[in-house]
Amino acid sequence: MDLAPADRQELEAALADALDRRAPVEVMSGGSKRALGRPIQVERRLSLEKLAGIGLYEPEELVLTAGPATKLAAIERSLAEHRQQLAFEPPDLGPLYGEAPASGTLAGAISCNLGGPRRLASGAARDHFLGFQAVSGRGESFKAGGRVVKNVTGYDLMKLMAGSYGTLAIMTELTIRTVPAPEKTRTVLVFGLEDGRAIEALTAALHSPNEVNGAAHLPANVAKDSAVSYVGGAGTSVTALRIEGFGPSVEARCQRLRDLLARFGALEELHGMNSGKLWQSLRDAAPLASRPELIVWRLSVAAAASPTLLARIRAGGPALAWYDWGGGLVWLGLPPGESDGGAARVRAALPETGGHATLMRAPASIRAAIPVFQPRPPALAALEARVKASFDPVGILNPGRM
Amino acid sequence: MLMPAPDQGVLARRGEIIEALRALLPPDCLVVDETALKPYECDALSVYRQVPIAVALPRNTAEVAAVLACCHAAGVKVVPRGAGTSLSGGALPLADGVVVGLAKLNKILEIDYPNRCVVTQPGVTNLGISNAVSAAGFYYAPDPSSQIACTIGGNVAENSGGVHCLKYGLTTNNVLGAEVVLIDGTVVRLGGKHLDPGGYDLLGLMTGSEGLLGVVTEVTVRILRKPETARALLLGFATNEAAGDCVARIISAGIVPGGMEMMDRPAIHAVEDFVHAGYPLDVAAILIVELDGPPVEVDHLIGLVSKIAADAGAVTSRISNSEEERLRFWAGRKSAFPAVGRIAPDYFCMDGTIPRRTLPEVLRRMGELAQKYQLALANVFHAGDGNLHPLILFDGNDPDQLRRAEEFGADILRVCVEVGGVLTGEHGVGVEKRDLMGEMFSEADLAQQQRVKCAFDAGGLLNPGKVFPVLHRCAELGQMRVTGGRLPHPDLPRF
Repeated sequence: MDLAPADRQELEAALADALDRRAPVEVMSGGSKRALGRPIQVERRLSLEKLAGIGLYEPEELVLTAGPATKLAAIERSLAEHRQQLAFEPPDLGPLYGEAPASGTLAGAISCNLGGPRRLASGAARDHFLGFQAVSGRGESFKAGGRVVKNVTGYDLMKLMAGSYGTLAIMTELTIRTVPAPEKTRTVLVFGLEDGRAIEALTAALHSPNEVNGAAHLPANVAKDSAVSYVGGAGTSVTALRIEGFGPSVEARCQRLRDLLARFGALEELHGMNSGKLWQSLRDAAPLASRPELIVWRLSVAAAASPTLLARIRAGGPALAWYDWGGGLVWLGLPPGESDGGAARVRAALPETGGHATLMRAPASIRAAIPVFQPRPPALAALEARVKASFDPVGILNPGRM
Repeated sequence: MLMPAPDQGVLARRGEIIEALRALLPPDCLVVDETALKPYECDALSVYRQVPIAVALPRNTAEVAAVLACCHAAGVKVVPRGAGTSLSGGALPLADGVVVGLAKLNKILEIDYPNRCVVTQPGVTNLGISNAVSAAGFYYAPDPSSQIACTIGGNVAENSGGVHCLKYGLTTNNVLGAEVVLIDGTVVRLGGKHLDPGGYDLLGLMTGSEGLLGVVTEVTVRILRKPETARALLLGFATNEAAGDCVARIISAGIVPGGMEMMDRPAIHAVEDFVHAGYPLDVAAILIVELDGPPVEVDHLIGLVSKIAADAGAVTSRISNSEEERLRFWAGRKSAFPAVGRIAPDYFCMDGTIPRRTLPEVLRRMGELAQKYQLALANVFHAGDGNLHPLILFDGNDPDQLRRAEEFGADILRVCVEVGGVLTGEHGVGVEKRDLMGEMFSEADLAQQQRVKCAFDAGGLLNPGKVFPVLHRCAELGQMRVTGGRLPHPDLPRF
């Protein structure tokens, strides 16, 4: 039986009932990323679909408040009318999970704290999440934060809610920061670099004063399927660097970037439309969405360590993978067949400097059998369990998902 | 200002507690002598003072863990301290507590250019990090005005901002990892050199938690390439409204300046008398707008902002044409606090943040309050992000003036909350704004925050008396019984 409260009072009542009966619920906003995380075994789903809509949008204040199930696509349309956008470039992962595109919601984006290519320069969802109202797993309404960016009044519970996958509290209203959309976007491409050399090129660009805000490397087997002809038709690997901002500045910075990167290989430059297409496909993990049979991992590591990491993984078998965030993020697709989805060898390959591997897509049987999120040392795991209990002592919200 | 009543049992065991700490630390790492304790009795909110039982100055993580475990076992409260530059009393000692100073953990551990980060001990100053990477063309972006003295550990505790955080973010947006010692001596590592947390974002929670959740013993921060150039505009306006309007128009045009600072007439006059920065004296407000980045971009934006300023009715408009001139524009703003310090024996620096468009209204209401309380007020703002720093001038030796100044400050913050803003933008709640938390949060909001505190420190030993106006016991917060979002507990200590 599904629950779909229409307002905060109904939500409080639904949770009070769940608490009385000790009957946990699966919390669902748009459901586009339902298959991300450990499968949840509960009788009831609690859908937030009725808590949708933009409540406040003040472009001159760079702030927007909306219900949890407000479609990101609707938010992005409203922002575009005022030449604004979300800085964290939230991915549309519906297609990765076989769901419809543009089905993601605001609460889903925040709760999974996923950032797109601009994460490198502008932060993740967590960095643009200003305040919220919620009902905790205790069935109590509370709020935190506010509607202004500069705010240190009380604990920053926004950081905790971002990336908590609905396991702490159910948000009924979220306030986020919006930013001006760039006047112009261009991308400089470098062709034919092997991984290590590509990361050097990305690093050189990121160390230059050209304010690069997208830095990815696509090995040849990923690049070949790109819908952008300059990338798909390159016949080799493609390293991509994005520059955004005011027109004259973008042109000047692109030229300087080309001068800087000429020593690495042949260059090309993408203008607005092609740039947009390329970065959107990387944002949405499109190369893996189109191969539903692959097991998908997302690795967050120190940027310079990633070529070694991927070489270690490839030593164990074929992999479809690319680098984003200057090397700090690796998307990885592995063929099915390994009983643990490759967990043991992927996690063993993580660099000594730390980082983590998240199993983004796999059959439920695998996600039930191995930790989807990077296992934490015992002291940290115990602390996290106490934090979870401080919001949801009985464990009625998305039990086991993390 | 009421602090939790000292535990007489702990005070009676002072000698024992000191002996236990002596077993853990060399003699030069433990301060117990009354004269030597004096410098630790307050932080930069110096109207409130208290000498602690002792000050421990551990030299490494193991010693921090040993001291905390010892205090935890003995039921002794702990107040962490960086450089003691907090403006909200975050490091105010407790009579029955031990101060743990991180000053001896003052080394940069690693500079990692390929990963654009620095691993450092908490006692390194904010500016020390930037200086260490400056020759390679990098810097650490958050720049609180106390940056020559304040430490990165303190910055993490307070989530410090600064003039440039409009464009580059606060501490929380620039910290990648931390090693944290919990009150029982457990050491945990949060984050690292990678960008996304693996589980709950406890690093984000820890940042700005004002020393109530754990003691930071190592920090990994992101470093950025220094902007190639910076130029500034000095704009004068006949009214506060016109200056506020100019700020709104710049933001609406999609421009994010490196810094955008506003000063009102009393502040302008105070700094002109002090440093002769060349500010116009016939205007109601000045705005300093700094644009940084590649030269082409900066020149382009200078043109755009000049035009916007003219449209907004600027009566003075100067553009810096040299680094020297840019620094001269800033000289007045940077000396605003000492300049005000010259014209009054004491001042309170408030720190509310408001939605930008409410600035003229808030300024008008602050003017009315100044009349009501018969105290002078000078205003400096981080205008780009709506963060106000009203300076209330008073003489702390006059108890009536002190009382009026406290009430004036509280009223200003109430106005900030009323117009949709918050109590503190970057200075922290500490003891200063603790009793105003109820203006912004309900009992249920605060109870949830305190439950999070309980997850880290069930005994309430870490920096108690700060941030929360009522000290709830964790066991009682854990009970599941609430009606209408309110938790009446008349028996609890309220300050």
